[in-house]
Amino acid sequence: MIQKNRLEGGQIDTATLLKFKFDGKSYVGHEGDTLASALLANGVRLMGRSFKYHRPRGVLSAGSEEPNALVQLRSGARQEPNTRATTAELFDGLVAKSQNRFGSLRFDAMAINDRFSNFLTAGFYYKTFMWPKTFWEKVYEPIIRKAAGLGSLSLLDDPDVYDKGFLYCNLLIIGAGPAGLMAALTAGRSGANVILADEDFTFGGRLNSETFSIGDDSSAVWAAEAVAELSSFPNVRLMVRTTIIGAFDHGIYGAVERVSDHVAIPDAGKPRQIMWRIYTQRTVLAAGAIERPIAFENNDRPGIMLGSAIRTYANRFAVAVDKSVAIFTNNDDGHRTAADLHAKGLKIAAVVDVRANAPLSMDFEVLQGQVINTKGRLGLTFVDVKLSDGTIRTLDIGALGMSGGWNPNVHMTCHQRGRPRWNESLAAFVPGDTLPNGMIVAGAANGDMSTAGALHGGAQAARVVLGLKGSMPKLPTAEDAPIRLTPFWYVEGCSRAWLDQQNDVTVKDVKLSHQEGFRSVEHLKRYTTLGMSTDQGKTSNMGGLAIMAELAGKTIPEVGTTIFRPPYTPTAIGALAGRNRGQDFHPKRLTPSHKWALEQGAVFVEVGNWMRAQWFQKDGETHWRESVDREVLATRSSVGVCDVTTLGKVDVQGMDAANFLNKIYCNGFAKLAVGKTRYGLMLREDGIALDDGTAGRLANDHFIVTTTTANALPVYRHMEFVRQCLFPDMDVQLISTTEAWAQYAIAGPNSRNLLEKIIDQDVSNGAFPFMSCANITICNGLRARLFRISFSGELAFEIAVPTAYGDALIRKIMEAGAEFDVTPYGTEALGVMRIEKGHATGNELNGTTSALNLGMERMVSEAKDSIGSILSRRKGMNRADALFQMGVKPLDLSDDVPAGSHLMNADGPVDAAHDQGYVTSACYSPNLGHAIGLAFIKNGSNRIGEKMRLVSPLTGVDVAVEIVSPHFIDPQGERLRA
Amino acid sequence: MHNLQTITALGGKTPRIDVFDHITIIENDSVALASVTARMGREAGCYKVLQKLLGVVPETGRAVLHNTETGFYMGLDQWMLTAPRVSHELIADQLKKLFGDNASVTEQSGAWVCLDIIGRAMPDMCERLCAVPVRQMVAGDVQRTVIHKMGCFVIRCMANDQLRILGPRSTAATLHHALMTAATSTA
Repeated sequence: MIQKNRLEGGQIDTATLLKFKFDGKSYVGHEGDTLASALLANGVRLMGRSFKYHRPRGVLSAGSEEPNALVQLRSGARQEPNTRATTAELFDGLVAKSQNRFGSLRFDAMAINDRFSNFLTAGFYYKTFMWPKTFWEKVYEPIIRKAAGLGSLSLLDDPDVYDKGFLYCNLLIIGAGPAGLMAALTAGRSGANVILADEDFTFGGRLNSETFSIGDDSSAVWAAEAVAELSSFPNVRLMVRTTIIGAFDHGIYGAVERVSDHVAIPDAGKPRQIMWRIYTQRTVLAAGAIERPIAFENNDRPGIMLGSAIRTYANRFAVAVDKSVAIFTNNDDGHRTAADLHAKGLKIAAVVDVRANAPLSMDFEVLQGQVINTKGRLGLTFVDVKLSDGTIRTLDIGALGMSGGWNPNVHMTCHQRGRPRWNESLAAFVPGDTLPNGMIVAGAANGDMSTAGALHGGAQAARVVLGLKGSMPKLPTAEDAPIRLTPFWYVEGCSRAWLDQQNDVTVKDVKLSHQEGFRSVEHLKRYTTLGMSTDQGKTSNMGGLAIMAELAGKTIPEVGTTIFRPPYTPTAIGALAGRNRGQDFHPKRLTPSHKWALEQGAVFVEVGNWMRAQWFQKDGETHWRESVDREVLATRSSVGVCDVTTLGKVDVQGMDAANFLNKIYCNGFAKLAVGKTRYGLMLREDGIALDDGTAGRLANDHFIVTTTTANALPVYRHMEFVRQCLFPDMDVQLISTTEAWAQYAIAGPNSRNLLEKIIDQDVSNGAFPFMSCANITICNGLRARLFRISFSGELAFEIAVPTAYGDALIRKIMEAGAEFDVTPYGTEALGVMRIEKGHATGNELNGTTSALNLGMERMVSEAKDSIGSILSRRKGMNRADALFQMGVKPLDLSDDVPAGSHLMNADGPVDAAHDQGYVTSACYSPNLGHAIGLAFIKNGSNRIGEKMRLVSPLTGVDVAVEIVSPHFIDPQGERLRA
Repeated sequence: MHNLQTITALGGKTPRIDVFDHITIIENDSVALASVTARMGREAGCYKVLQKLLGVVPETGRAVLHNTETGFYMGLDQWMLTAPRVSHELIADQLKKLFGDNASVTEQSGAWVCLDIIGRAMPDMCERLCAVPVRQMVAGDVQRTVIHKMGCFVIRCMANDQLRILGPRSTAATLHHALMTAATSTA
């Protein structure tokens, strides 16, 4: 395998041979190569097809601004589309494929689009697919979707992992070219904590691409020595392969470090990439500049690229794009490229300069003129040059460098709505006055295009942002050539001169946009898709703006730019997700009895982040209903136990604790006696029910508030808001103790008998009546809390111990309750029993219901002020036909009562206008032997015994039901007071 | 005396220890905790007791670290005090006697999992876990933060290579998993 275009020198390790494949064909390259440089070294110029017209394309650039050479990297689950060959670091075994083609890269069937280019101009979607209307969804859109896009996803799970991380520094330096390195040296020597990040895998930026000297060394050697010195500073963190993707508020920058992209497979457990959030006090943006192309007829053939890119490939990667090269330029930098290539032994067919005063050379011919056309189906073969005297000259070349001037990389300066300003001498935008806080710009990014200017700018920027005193350090001598440029954007009279090569936007498209009235730069962008591709128009936007300005008779700054937004370069979704995927998407909260429940064969359900036992499947039970029915019947007939740790618990202390609860609950708490618990209803400010629960008074100044599991956090947040903002003069202290206590509900007629075996106090009805609470001890001395409250409607207690003892307690309960056949029950049985009892929960407290709806209107005390009480008395919330929570049972007891179904009058239309209410909760009651439900029904309390229709037109439900009391079991409450 | 046995936050009878070349993750099950919040108008009395207990009232973002007892700032006029569990099983009761009506004291021993990270890669690992400037922190610095969506306290211990993380006990397994993946990632 011969690398026919490989030159001598460069910064590659020719001793290391790396094998790789492109479109199934094997090639070799070297360590230090990118995929693009290695392909060029092997004589491969054709690397992709364009987005719309499927025109053959090769590399345009040598960096992350690349619009053309996008490939699918790797294979199988690791296949990644739209990867820039110009930044993909070569590794042994790399596999890449070209993309966006039907057939082979050389013979792409979709290239026929190019023949119909007259019909596919800007805005053709909007004009072409207008009729017939129904075709859009069924015909046009599917076809367009199939044809659109570049690479494809594997649709397999990404096998790699991605980390997120957080870094802090005094100074973040973005870009490790001459300005960035000099800034880092200055800051590093001062002792500041510095992060220097660059997207390249080698620090140095353009210094690695040039042949001039800094001091006594070549620029690349100076860069390497600077890096060596920086590496010796413990206060400097060097981050190669790291792209700063965005400047965010408060000195926060996003950075993607490609940790393992340069190896075939990351080491086990190691991330492929890390998304860093960098907190910095100051920032030096030294992101350099990007050379811009010139638009002319057929300027997109493989082999036509930025002049600076050809120079980079020759000097850094030791690659000749072709042995015969020409340059088309409007500034002196094009001549530098020619000189470097000439020095490498390449033939310079000519330097075509649009300027009349172009410098001449002894080494190559300089022509005053313009490139007006090119030839070569799959790669450049000839260019036609129109000389200043009007004659046409054809050059036989395989590579053409375009040098249209340089655009400072102002991207990051604009991420917080800053606007760049126009620099006439550069004919480019430079950073404006409104930079992100703490940012200063240096080097080419600031318009200092010479190496000496960049070194000085970098040092000065670091000194300024860090407030360093003393005189400027002596800087090495370096190239300091002035900018000599005549703005030139496109060759007139072209029909197919490409501006945005990735999105196939031509000069003609921009003119069409203007002609059709899309004259705002933002409209231009969206109508033509200029700058909307993965490169975000880094090489195309300026050309488009210049043409728009010319057409509108404005200056370029008057036309303005579109908004620059993060990320700076395409960012993998995996990097944004980090470890938050699959099982790790959110934390799992395990209850204190989790380990024991696992042993019992519990089936778990996610309740928020909690993993709760849903039911405990016994041998022989084949359906969840069997387990749940058994648990309900066993609890109601003897005793059951359920882990209710997940209920929110808030410790409320302070001299004003009782008054505070009086404010947050609509019912009275001020006079609740010590040792007593009360059911409470919290209202929102607007009178809607927020949550319900209990509050037990352990001391005059100490309450334990419980909330529903789902509302534990919102209620705590609400309470803190009330404490801090509404009643800051109250002596109240709140802290969550949800995690601190393991709590079990023990319910059923034998619950007291069971408890008496493990607790140290008297819990007889006389000593510990319904709604009592107390600090107690169990098992001869372990501190515990006992509440006599009941969600199931049975004689019931809730017992709490410090969480570490939760596992021991559940085992103790099971051991003590063996003689009563104590049965653990899960959330399903819990739900069945509370529906049987008519207790509301999250289904009923759904953000729309009032105390009246819940049948608790009398709880809203008029004797005191509480949050929501006033607005709960609004007329609209107290209509005669207000919804009222009732029970529902089917007339045919074999029928189901599906939750969510709506109630209609037995006779009458079934439609939304005649809706009478809806079922909020439903279950099969094993005690009653049929389905039951809780429902909100208009004027429900006066409709007991009424026959109605329960319907769900969407699911075909139509059941005859009867309205009944919501208390299906023990309506008088005798059991729970037993 | 009761005979109920505790289990650790990670569900074991004994604390879990995971040893890597560069890092060791230790489940520390020996810490008793209680929160202390000054009562309105009784702040001075609360500070006085804190000073007596810790030598100094922990300021914002700071912990006072002693060999046995420690205390750290949690919020405005709110601190977490810790002590060996073996001697302070009833830490809340013990503290309440000292603070009286000057402060509200709440037992928190069961609410948290305590994980100690020790080793040369501690800063690297911390950087992969949470937004805490671990390299700028000095011994006794404490920060409330979020680790993989879990609210935690991170305390920079006396030893330069040691960090203590307090996280919600119910999420101990998830938190430990996050630490293990970070440890592997930084190996």
